[in-house]
Amino acid sequence: MSKKFLSGNEAFAEGIRLARPQVISAYPITPQTIVVERLSEMVEDGSLNAEYVHVESEHSALSCAIGASAAGARAFTATSSQGLLYMAECLYYAAGGRFPIVMMNADRSTALPWNIYGDQRDSLSQLDSGWIQAYAENAQEALDLALMSYKIAENKAVSTPYMANLDGFILTHTYETVEIPDREQADRFLPPYETDNRIDFDNPKNMAFSAGPDTNYIFKYKEHEGVLAARDVINETEKEFAEIFGREYTGLTENYLTDDADYVIVTLGSIAGLCRETADKLREQGVKAGVVRIRYMRPFPNEELAEALKNVKAYGVLEKDISFGNEGTVFTNVNSALKKAGVNVPGYDFVGGLGGRNISPADIEKIYSDIEKGTDSVNFIGIGGGNNGK
Amino acid sequence: MANSKNTELKEILWLGRGGQGAFTAAKLLGAAYTIDDDNKYGLAFPSFGPERRGAPVRAFTKLDTKPVVDRSQTEKADYIVILDDTLYAPQFRELLMDGGKLIVNSKKGIEGVLTFDAETIAAEFRLPTVNTVMLGLLVGISGVITAENAVEAIKDHMPKKIQERNINALLKAAEEAVR
Repeated sequence: MSKKFLSGNEAFAEGIRLARPQVISAYPITPQTIVVERLSEMVEDGSLNAEYVHVESEHSALSCAIGASAAGARAFTATSSQGLLYMAECLYYAAGGRFPIVMMNADRSTALPWNIYGDQRDSLSQLDSGWIQAYAENAQEALDLALMSYKIAENKAVSTPYMANLDGFILTHTYETVEIPDREQADRFLPPYETDNRIDFDNPKNMAFSAGPDTNYIFKYKEHEGVLAARDVINETEKEFAEIFGREYTGLTENYLTDDADYVIVTLGSIAGLCRETADKLREQGVKAGVVRIRYMRPFPNEELAEALKNVKAYGVLEKDISFGNEGTVFTNVNSALKKAGVNVPGYDFVGGLGGRNISPADIEKIYSDIEKGTDSVNFIGIGGGNNGK
Repeated sequence: MANSKNTELKEILWLGRGGQGAFTAAKLLGAAYTIDDDNKYGLAFPSFGPERRGAPVRAFTKLDTKPVVDRSQTEKADYIVILDDTLYAPQFRELLMDGGKLIVNSKKGIEGVLTFDAETIAAEFRLPTVNTVMLGLLVGISGVITAENAVEAIKDHMPKKIQERNINALLKAAEEAVR
């Protein structure tokens, strides 16, 4: 184990180096660029034995990764924002083909207006593509997700591609101290990829085929089962990770002071730390504040959220997303989880950080106060709220 | 959350123009602070304007003796370091915490501000930018990191061929600042 002062992108690249992908295909886009630059340097200096394929677009980047995975190779790609949208067609191919590719997405605003900074509208728009979706809070978690991602994605019951999301700039370009595991430990944790889901001349089979109305629904059901199977596999993988590396993770969500909380912010990604610090401050003033950080949007933590929120007086969802004409997509998902579990407490949506706008400590304090007092159903931080179907 | 109790939090705001290396200085400071002590934590992050040379760039370093989890932009800084005096405006003083210091690279004096002619030191060591000179001045003035750790951070994070010149410039600036 060594310690280095690294950016989120660099930390993720270190995790990928330890995961030993055999094929890397990527097209550079801000703020993802550094991760693929570092990986190309690692391939160049021989510390990562992979085929690095320069491609002409994101669509080709993921197509190439699909081809590599279909040949039985461990494949990696990375993108962001418009790049993710450009490869959207291939996201569904990768998931439907059950190719356990890992992709890092640097969460970034979507055009127009053109903007290179962080929000989560790119990845959240692809929740239905069939990929597992994880959201890191800091550079250490980013590195650890890189290492865990292949073990989860390649599990036979899962066999699903995995998207690890890092908030653009706030994670990708922020430097902090990161522990880099030893090579031997990493190899013990993550064995080489072995699969029957590959082109094999000794055992020919039909791959990436068409399926008509009589069978198509069965494949889609199986795809759904694969993502759901990741629930248990994520927990098992994190347990094994803790045994080898000594760092513990908490599955699909991470709760902070929720046991006796009256008012809880549900959020995801790098803003969670400020929410926890604000909850601490409010607790000193007698307000029972708590935080739930969603670590995985797919599979979605329905039961975990219902359990954490069943006794609260009210909750708010803080997200860097808006589904125009409705509400933030995370809010929709959280509400569905509560409805299914019969949890009926007031909830409000807070949309912030769009286009990289700073979310300040005062913003978080106001969110807690709005949750306590009650507010509109959908609130844009810094602008105001509106009731859309209250 | 600016300096609540039970914390050693120090926040440093860097200002420069694209290409002047303000973010590199912010990063070197964080790396130096954490380099030999597992109980020290740092974050260094940029806030870029339009992506081009010459555009104003802000960078932030947050240093603490516990993990820094607040990733929001600094609202009140312990130190503000400005690499280019054309970016200076009196309003920056409002971003200073009580007792905070504003350090500006300038050949002329500015009231209420610590000014240094960083360009002359940079020129002496054939450096096109003043970022490591300004880091040296901050070392001398603040003591938030030692000069030795700053040197180690340069060795870890800068290309080999420019390390020596940057180290010498930093050490000279740190000495000048103490004087």
